[in-house]
Amino acid sequence: MQLPRLLLTTTFRLALIYLGLFLILVLFLLGFVYWTTSGVADRQIDDTIEAEITGLAEQYRLRGLGGLSDVVAERSRNQRYSLYLLTGPGGFALAGNLNAWPDAQSGAAKPDAAGWFDFSYRRPVAGDFETHRARARHLLLGNDFDLLVGRDVEERHRIDQVLRASIAWAVALTLGLGLLGGIVFSRNVLRRIEAITRASRDIMAGDLRRRLPRSGSDDEIDRLAGSLNDMLEEIERLVTSMREVTDNIAHDLRSPLTRLRNRIEVTLLKEASPAEYRAALDETVSEVAGLLDTFNGLLAIARAEAGRPEGTPEPFDLSAAVNDMVELYAPVAEEKSLSLTGDVAAGLTLVGFRQLMSQALGNLVDNAIKYTPEGGTISVTLNRGELIVADSGPGIPEADRDRVLDRFVRLEASRNSPGSGLGLSLVRAVARLHGAELILDDNHPGLRVILRFAPDSIDGAPR
Amino acid sequence: MRILVIEDDKKAAAYVVKGLAESGHTADHAADGEDGFEMAGHGDYDVLVVDRMLPKLDGLTLVARLRADGLRTPILFLSALGEVDDRVKGLRAGGDDYLVKPYAFSELLARIEALARRSNPNDVETRLKVGDLELDVLTRRVIRAGQEVALQPREFRLLEYLMRNAGHVVTRTMLLEHVWDYHFDPQTNVIDVHISRLRAKIDRDFSVPLLHTIRGAGYSLRATA
Repeated sequence: MQLPRLLLTTTFRLALIYLGLFLILVLFLLGFVYWTTSGVADRQIDDTIEAEITGLAEQYRLRGLGGLSDVVAERSRNQRYSLYLLTGPGGFALAGNLNAWPDAQSGAAKPDAAGWFDFSYRRPVAGDFETHRARARHLLLGNDFDLLVGRDVEERHRIDQVLRASIAWAVALTLGLGLLGGIVFSRNVLRRIEAITRASRDIMAGDLRRRLPRSGSDDEIDRLAGSLNDMLEEIERLVTSMREVTDNIAHDLRSPLTRLRNRIEVTLLKEASPAEYRAALDETVSEVAGLLDTFNGLLAIARAEAGRPEGTPEPFDLSAAVNDMVELYAPVAEEKSLSLTGDVAAGLTLVGFRQLMSQALGNLVDNAIKYTPEGGTISVTLNRGELIVADSGPGIPEADRDRVLDRFVRLEASRNSPGSGLGLSLVRAVARLHGAELILDDNHPGLRVILRFAPDSIDGAPR
Repeated sequence: MRILVIEDDKKAAAYVVKGLAESGHTADHAADGEDGFEMAGHGDYDVLVVDRMLPKLDGLTLVARLRADGLRTPILFLSALGEVDDRVKGLRAGGDDYLVKPYAFSELLARIEALARRSNPNDVETRLKVGDLELDVLTRRVIRAGQEVALQPREFRLLEYLMRNAGHVVTRTMLLEHVWDYHFDPQTNVIDVHISRLRAKIDRDFSVPLLHTIRGAGYSLRATA
């Protein structure tokens, strides 16, 4: 995973925005703290100097220059961080712990209107000299004497520097940790999305069994992966069934096509009479018709299974559709001496596809007629919940009941009767399409096929 | 009969044109929608056979335009799309019949001939007569040689359809569509059984059979053999 891609992720950009906001807040907070602490210290220094100046001016007023000089000399000895200098005319030092009046050379700034100024001086420390910063106020005594009262602010300055450095570090740390957090956070999200992307690529490349990884955290990404997996499941089911259809078509069409070709080739091998040619062509036509039937059957099943055939489901009179189908097959049953009876509740409506439902029911009745021996009975029953086709034929052994619903499955017993092996597959697909369950049951004796509709999917009370 | 086949599949079109010619009709061919539109508008055709998928101008639009121009010629749609919905779309656009590929040529021929007849006004006739067989649509009575024949409602509709197309071939699919309104083929040829029952009622007691089976194609009701 390269970094630039990471920087483009939504998560990272979000993290950056949050980091920016947080940084502004931190800067504001630290600035406030710095301003208050540092400002208080500055004011304290100024207040101390101010107080001393007031005291010394008082001394000068009470005790004159000599008294002031004594006090300054006294304080110069005792005070460690206070600085004093009393100078006479011409800058001559009378008392104090500064050697000379700070000038521009020693970095002294021009005093402001109230006489405040900053300067640096050399202070003896352990037999050596150090340059220290100081702050002082100048007071003019009479006409010729100047008094400087100041304070060494080196310590205070160092604290200030430490404070600033801390703030800088705090900001840098916040920025660094925030960025790092953002990267880690987005990498985490990105890695999950990458995993999903990779899985999708594999699936696109044809690995339909593959599923998207789930973390199990049930967060939104996880739920998204879950829904996509459900979708993939359905797609795989559809593709598998389509593949089965194509395989079966290929398989089922190959042998009749081969037969067809052989017949035509054999016919062309030798001269034949027009009647013989005609007979061969007639057989060819019926063979092709059979092929087309199979083909159309498969197509109808595939379309019904794919969810919905073209067109929209519409309410139709199911009772009428069932009665029509019973009526359509009645003469066929009669020819075979079978009793075909309908017990159909009137006025029932189903939302769905009339053509497909009729075709499915037709297949069931057709099967019943085909497999029930002469003299048997077939009954078609419709009530609010079920559509039942029951016969007195041989039935289907329990072990085979699931299998016969698959395409092209024909039981050994029925090998020799005509049929494509698609009838029940279509019934199952149509049942599913209409939300009904297809149940094969024992009729003692015979087969009982039940289409069990979902509750309330059939409208209209039986009269 | 003059027939225009508008079909882009040249091989399929050639077969259809040849088949129609051998059946005694004159057939022209247009290979795309625009040519088809020109030819249909200028030639005097009895039936148009239009493929739904055509280059340049698709079948549905072509037919809708022809109808908008006031052309009344019967139109038969050919299509690989066979769902009920497609059929409805085709008929709504102005088609008169709809045949799904692949189809048998006999089926196409029977439908083309049925369409050509439809422009004759015998559709509204209420008293039909073939030989000595008479059918009254209003009184629902069927009489053969002066004798009343009792028919079930569906048998009556079956006979009515056959009589309206008397003298011509009617296929099993046409019967399923028009008499039963089924657009699929039941597995067993149930139609054959219904026809033989009808035959038993209208033909059995009479010396001249009216209802004939046309091998490989369907049925035909006619007074002469």
